[in-house]
Amino acid sequence: MSGTSAGGAEITYRDAVREALREVLQQDPRTFLMGEDVGRYGGCYAVSKGLLDEFGPERIRDTPLSEAGFVGAGIGAALGGMRPIVEVMTVNFSMLCLDQILNTAATIRHMSGGQFSVPLVIRMATGAGRQLAAQHSHSLENWYAHIPGIRVVAPATVTDARFMLRTALLDPDPVLIFEHVMLYNMTGSLDPAADPVDIDRAAVRRPGRDVTLITYGGSLWKTLVAATELAGQGIEAEVIDLRSLRPLDDATITASVRRTRRAVIVDEGWRSGSLAAEISARIVEQCFWSLDAPVGRVCSAEVPIPYPKHLEDAALPQTPAIVAAARSVVGR
Amino acid sequence: MSETSDPKVHLTRSHVRALYQEMLRIRRFEEKCAELYTQEKIRGFLHLYIGEEAIAVGVMQALQPLDAVVATYREHGHALARGIEMGRVMAEMLGRQDGCSRGHGGSMHIFDAATRFYGGNAIVGGGLPLAVGLALADRMQGRPQVTVCFFGEGAVAEGEFHESMNLAALWQLPVLFVCENNLYAMGTALAISESETDIHRKAESYRMPAAAVDGMDVVAVETAARRAVEAIRGGAGPVFLECRTYRFRAHSMFDAQLYRSKDEIEAWKAKCPIEHLRAWALQAGSLHAEDLTAVEADVLAELDAAVAFAEASPWEPVERLLADVMTPEAPS
Ligand SMILES: Cc1ncc(C[n+]2csc(CCOP(=O)(O)OP(=O)(O)O)c2C)c(N)n1
Repeated sequence: MSGTSAGGAEITYRDAVREALREVLQQDPRTFLMGEDVGRYGGCYAVSKGLLDEFGPERIRDTPLSEAGFVGAGIGAALGGMRPIVEVMTVNFSMLCLDQILNTAATIRHMSGGQFSVPLVIRMATGAGRQLAAQHSHSLENWYAHIPGIRVVAPATVTDARFMLRTALLDPDPVLIFEHVMLYNMTGSLDPAADPVDIDRAAVRRPGRDVTLITYGGSLWKTLVAATELAGQGIEAEVIDLRSLRPLDDATITASVRRTRRAVIVDEGWRSGSLAAEISARIVEQCFWSLDAPVGRVCSAEVPIPYPKHLEDAALPQTPAIVAAARSVVGR
Repeated sequence: MSETSDPKVHLTRSHVRALYQEMLRIRRFEEKCAELYTQEKIRGFLHLYIGEEAIAVGVMQALQPLDAVVATYREHGHALARGIEMGRVMAEMLGRQDGCSRGHGGSMHIFDAATRFYGGNAIVGGGLPLAVGLALADRMQGRPQVTVCFFGEGAVAEGEFHESMNLAALWQLPVLFVCENNLYAMGTALAISESETDIHRKAESYRMPAAAVDGMDVVAVETAARRAVEAIRGGAGPVFLECRTYRFRAHSMFDAQLYRSKDEIEAWKAKCPIEHLRAWALQAGSLHAEDLTAVEADVLAELDAAVAFAEASPWEPVERLLADVMTPEAPS
């Protein structure tokens, strides 16, 4: 898997996130990283390896296994003038701090009549592909994208992994960053010209005229492979990387779909109530008269993600299914 | 009244009068709220603090202006004792624009940036992690401030309580935890919900200094709070006070009180903190009958003005429905 085609230094996604953390920790003394095993262990995905030696235990703060406690403490610290980055090992464990994210972080600004903002960044790993079975493999970012009062972003490229964090920290409101587990080992070329990046616009990763494929995070790379295959069959697919899951960039989506007149959404969440369902509804609301075919969706099967490789693969969106869905809406 | 061995609680005439007046302000405010509720001017949930006034009033005596307060949905008394104007608190009860949260929160969500009053949290246990984080921010920025966190004994069964106890003690943070043990969480008596009913012992198990205090005695509460806040400010880490009290009224306005006897309620009413202070002060000669009359008149005048202010306050225009969900972009 390769992150981007443009020239620039090669870097892994993991190193890009680490460089992003190092940079913000160096630049802003109010910033600190807190979470389970971020310090001595080096991060459960080795993202923060080495940062403890550089910044010390106050700013690379190992926490007990207390997701609600330390996410809530991050909210309080943000209210108290700090710029915390809280790492929750994976989105699966974030159910234990959902209360703090939903009922405190997302509501305080509104409930207080605009008196308090929460400038907090929460990073989580998400997604399947490592045979970690049904309690470590789910893609629940869609649930967070449902909540007013927070932003949700999903960097899919090394460039976004490298630069989205700083933009997120400048935001006065809570920002959740979802890092797909299959991306950490991916190498890509960093585009320094992209710095600084926005965190609210989608990006067209491949232009095309026949069909719009809309996706984000780990599924971007499967979708780009599908687009290459489709090109070999004479179908030029445009690939949109959402980047921001809340707010959704309606303008980029609708401009593309009005042109291609066809859309397929690729989303690792379960189909029922998925982000794909939301985007599909928006396309129907805003582009109905431009559509030449019903909107297609490629999502995870409605099953807890299984352990054996063949079943895990079968449960997730894969390139052949994306190709088939695109061909079906194009009618070829 | 308890012995005031601590030299810092000077029971001067003016201080006794102030304690009496503060408690009476809360009592009369709450009685008025009950009346406004039956008139359907206050809607939703309404949780009265009648019977528990000595705790908020006693603890607030120990605070400096820059200290922070985190409270629950039963927080009108805390807001008043902390110094938020009665008119703004009442306007919040009525959901009006001049309410301290612009009416967005109502009775359960009082916030005030000027007094560092961080709610107003209606998730049982939800405020504790926030207090830990506020204290962490103070500690990391070298500010000599204390965060006081109020919660009911029902909260101690929640995971967020235990996570917060551990974090605060582990990191030696400047938090004063004040458990308002009124013996019932809605209709669930302490004895049928906890294996250990001496709540302060739970804090001790986290190696936190902890004590049980007579929550019906404002001087006892003030004494304990001053001692605790002084120790915390001196760097001793968190302290825990279990204040034993009773709510004289129903849990909220929807409660037939099937779970407790009239005799029990009457027995506790005989310990009314306001009556208790009044009797002591008259006997000790700290207050005279004409002082009591004057205080009552002051409080009623303030309350009338607060109600008039609240009722005259406009409604938030519907155009502002979404205005405080996200922080508006700073003008560039
Ligand atoms: C997490 C959560 N569970 C349940 C409730 C419903 N509830 C509201 S108040 C309450 C009782 C809380 O009792 P306690 O903490 O002792 O405080 P008190 O009301 O006695 O002041 C319950 C169960 C809630 N608001 N939040």
